[in-house]
Amino acid sequence: MTNAPASDWRPTATLGVLKLRARMLRDIRTFFAARGVLEVETPMLSQAATPDPALDSFSTTYTGPGAAQGDALYLHTSPEFPMKRLLAAGSGSIYQLCKVFRNGESGRLHNPEFTMLEWYRVDYDHHQLMDEVAALVSAVLVNRLKLGPVERLSYRDAFQLHAGLDPHVASHSEFLDAARAHDIKAPTSMRDPHDLGAWRDLLLTHIVEPHLGRGQLTFLYDFPASQASLARIHPGDPPLAARFELYVNGIELANGFHELGDSAEQRLRFERQLHVRETTGHRKVPLDERLLAALEAGLPDCAGVALGFDRLVMLVAGKASLQDALGFPLDRA
Amino acid sequence: MATYSTNEFKSGLKVMLDGDPAVIVENEFVKPGKGQAFSRVKIRNLKTNRVIERTFKSGDTIEAADVMDVEMQYLYNDGEFWHFMNPESYEQLAADKAVVGDNAKWMKEQDVCLLTLFNGVPIAVEPPNTVTLKIVETDPGLKGDTSGGGGKPATLETGAVVRVPLFVQNGETIKVNTRTGEYLSRA
Repeated sequence: MTNAPASDWRPTATLGVLKLRARMLRDIRTFFAARGVLEVETPMLSQAATPDPALDSFSTTYTGPGAAQGDALYLHTSPEFPMKRLLAAGSGSIYQLCKVFRNGESGRLHNPEFTMLEWYRVDYDHHQLMDEVAALVSAVLVNRLKLGPVERLSYRDAFQLHAGLDPHVASHSEFLDAARAHDIKAPTSMRDPHDLGAWRDLLLTHIVEPHLGRGQLTFLYDFPASQASLARIHPGDPPLAARFELYVNGIELANGFHELGDSAEQRLRFERQLHVRETTGHRKVPLDERLLAALEAGLPDCAGVALGFDRLVMLVAGKASLQDALGFPLDRA
Repeated sequence: MATYSTNEFKSGLKVMLDGDPAVIVENEFVKPGKGQAFSRVKIRNLKTNRVIERTFKSGDTIEAADVMDVEMQYLYNDGEFWHFMNPESYEQLAADKAVVGDNAKWMKEQDVCLLTLFNGVPIAVEPPNTVTLKIVETDPGLKGDTSGGGGKPATLETGAVVRVPLFVQNGETIKVNTRTGEYLSRA
């Protein structure tokens, strides 16, 4: 990175927006205090990293007492793993407001360091948690932004409505046709007919998302099993992941799961992800054995969700870019 | 062959697209929280000036275009070609009507223009933002009207026609903004 000119020292967000941020943080803490959800803090630096090939963890080295040669540490991409360890240790419902870090992500809606609100509700499934997400977002938006009634749309219905195909059964050529019909020139690297996951993401981001949450909260749910991540999978034809995402004005705000508690199944998914990392040239990372041990000991039945706080601020402030919601984005950090 | 990866994409980057040199106008990073990242770019074809949208998967590469902008002095027109000279190397280049296009009407000998070269061949010619040109034909205008209110057409030595204030007369030289085609002042 080049030396930034000194004229860049000011924050990109206005002081008014920074004050709004502070008030929204307070409102969120008030919301959870009233509901008896415990605020927790977990390490940002950990010995393990997520093996998810779609996420790239920053890494650093700890050198000092106990680590003379230097030990690798990873900045978390979300506080999910240690929060699940707290749940397994009997914490009950918990929430956390913290900075998370994702390498390789920078743009109008991305900054490699951002603020996440993540929470877990014991004895909730993902549908009950969607209700609470709507309640929280409404509580924060009240008197600030008027929105219409909450909408719930299955992943399949959203694709059928806006892209004209069934994402669970569509073939490679059908995805190609849908893209063409919407004037989307697909990358030549996506000619591989087996890469349907990337095709779903392409159509979702380019065609479907812009229609979601227009003046309202739209929950997208029942994702393809291949995109389950850490969510439970309900068997069926097709099998569906108990996962949801929240959209407002075409922007993804939150992602939630009815959490997978089966440690053997979780290990299998991690190992599959590690294999994908290896075959696609991503760095190998150590698995979180303590998370797997906690799941083995028993994760209470729970649902969890992560919400991008900066995007919520951006939305409330009526801004189009994340840098208007952050004091100092990457290029001024 | 030089290439750029999506992490190098930014506006102004010159790349090859479908066999033509092009410039990235806008680059948007798009990524679902749990999924594939894309670069969604708007690219202007430097030959046709058309802007099209294209999507790349993160990590994809694109061929770099051997395109550069050089300042060259316009020498003369031989009826078919406009001839330019690099004032430092004295190297000369010629551009035809398809390349010079509408900008021909602002081209005055000795003026320094910006030439876009692709593989050493001009594909675009930009005249200076402001040119000073002589009026060769305009109505004498109404005596006593110096307000410049309505204005009148004036033909310049290069053939361009611009609106000038009524008080500006035949034979005078004026400054014109070539981007807007507007009269700026008497020279």
